[in-house]
Amino acid sequence: MLHTVNKSPFEKNSLETCLRLISESSSVLLIEDGVYGALKNTSVSDTVINAQKTSKFYVLGPDLKARGLDKSSLISNIEIIDYKGFVDLTVKNEKIQNWL
Amino acid sequence: MEEELESGVVKKFLYINRRAPHGTVYAHEALEVVLIGAAFEQDVSLAFIDDGVFQLKKDQDTSEIYTKNFSKIYKALEMYDVEKLYVEKESLESRGLTEEDLSVDVKVIDSSEMKALITDSEVIFNF
Repeated sequence: MLHTVNKSPFEKNSLETCLRLISESSSVLLIEDGVYGALKNTSVSDTVINAQKTSKFYVLGPDLKARGLDKSSLISNIEIIDYKGFVDLTVKNEKIQNWL
Repeated sequence: MEEELESGVVKKFLYINRRAPHGTVYAHEALEVVLIGAAFEQDVSLAFIDDGVFQLKKDQDTSEIYTKNFSKIYKALEMYDVEKLYVEKESLESRGLTEEDLSVDVKVIDSSEMKALITDSEVIFNF
């Protein structure tokens, strides 16, 4: 199952709730202001790193770039994907949940 | 209003920015209002708190999300005599950022200094 999060984890608890409630071997895609959840050395980094034990994390490259961020700003093992990669993920997963 | 302007009343305006750029329209709209304050020759200060600090992140490139890259406007504020930009230290730190990550010259201040700045201001706009 694919989960998308589009809110900043510092402003809303969407990411926190998503990570608390998703089942193992889910995929999590961070988009729009949700990409801030992929940053390293923040107050939420540990929560994400812990969730990486059971879920695979992706972040949308164009949204990262717009915010002045790149691979060097991120927690390791978060895959940066483009719009085509987003489409591939939606095709690959039978169900998608959007945590707004 | 016209009389006030002619008599040269200048107030301390503070624009508080607490939202990340791009995801919502707040950051961009705040800039529009800041420029109005500057045009009326007021004593303008900007504060960046919480996710507002992300507005100043350098190297923003919106070409792939097809929106206007308004982050360039922060660098131009100086031309409108808007030179007092304050960033809260605690907000930067909890987001893994340092002053080196920012695109413009700012004064990094702690919460107690931010509190004083807010108290000292006469007109406050929140975005």
